[in-house]
Amino acid sequence: MRWLPLAIAGALICTPVFAQDAKKEIQKYQQMIADGSPVELFELEGEALWKKPQGPNNVSLEKCDLGQGAGVVKGAYARLPRYFKDADRVMDLEARLLHCMTTLQGRSREEATKRVFGNENQPSEMEYLSAYVASQSRGVKLAAGTSHPKEKEAYELGKALFFHRAGGWDMSCASCHGEENKRIRMQELPVMSKPQFARPIMATWPAYRVSNSQFKTMQWRINDCFRQMRYPEPKFASDATIALNTFLTVTAAGEPYRGPGTKR
Amino acid sequence: MAGPMKMRATTTGGTTEVRVLMTHPMTTAQSGQALHFIQNITVKQNGKAVVEAEISQAVSRNPVFSFRLKGGAKGDKIEVSWLDNKGETNKIETAVA
Repeated sequence: MRWLPLAIAGALICTPVFAQDAKKEIQKYQQMIADGSPVELFELEGEALWKKPQGPNNVSLEKCDLGQGAGVVKGAYARLPRYFKDADRVMDLEARLLHCMTTLQGRSREEATKRVFGNENQPSEMEYLSAYVASQSRGVKLAAGTSHPKEKEAYELGKALFFHRAGGWDMSCASCHGEENKRIRMQELPVMSKPQFARPIMATWPAYRVSNSQFKTMQWRINDCFRQMRYPEPKFASDATIALNTFLTVTAAGEPYRGPGTKR
Repeated sequence: MAGPMKMRATTTGGTTEVRVLMTHPMTTAQSGQALHFIQNITVKQNGKAVVEAEISQAVSRNPVFSFRLKGGAKGDKIEVSWLDNKGETNKIETAVA
């Protein structure tokens, strides 16, 4: 019996040490999966798709203006989401790709969004294209638009949505991503409203998921958070999802992009 | 048509390290789909086979292989090719850096 207090004291001392060791081991694992990640294969497939003539107009996306001029892919992802005059709205990468598919390639929105999220057997066009475009921003600092009134509006809306509790479980993004040192099983929950936590995350999305062999886009990430919170499914590339993405990317501003990442 | 491959070959201190990525579903019998996996991998150095490997369904989707070759000089041509159980094949060639 007299060992019991000692055992409890031991447990108290050991717990933080264990957490640190686990963190170190997770980091080691992340380094291991990053080397030789299939992300590079997605980038190559995406580049081929970018250059492939498609749709009723039978043209490629090579003339698509991602914000840095028609056809400029280098550094474009790091400066999204941003306001586009031709569409008169703030767009993130996928919204802009969709815009180019409908305007340049002449495809209908219905056809172009029929399958935006793929699976392990058949990734989607959006996933391949996101991998390619994002890869062309490696080393470029994240700098989403913040000057245009509509960009400011999107940021404020995204921020409000982040903290807004709703749905059957009365949850907000902040319910999981609002407190430090929290995790679900071994998955850390970054406080996405704070720059120091948002930066490494936003700099590595979109990303390849090792556990299910799938490439995941930012629109998917937000869509799936909505599902996890038991919200109604958001529309692909809607103002709400773009606003959230704007809020998160602006919060991470200044971080050099180093994705597409490789996640557990 | 087989998806892309990517390869890197670098030489340091008398050994050449090769890393190669392959796009392949590597479907196992357990998945309920038709068995589809890479069976043979051949590595050639300047046209001469240096590795002949047989692999199984136990290898993951989109596999990555990394190995070291004795010797090897900058500019040597390394070719890696695979053949799967459906007779599909793909290869990639790179010069040692």
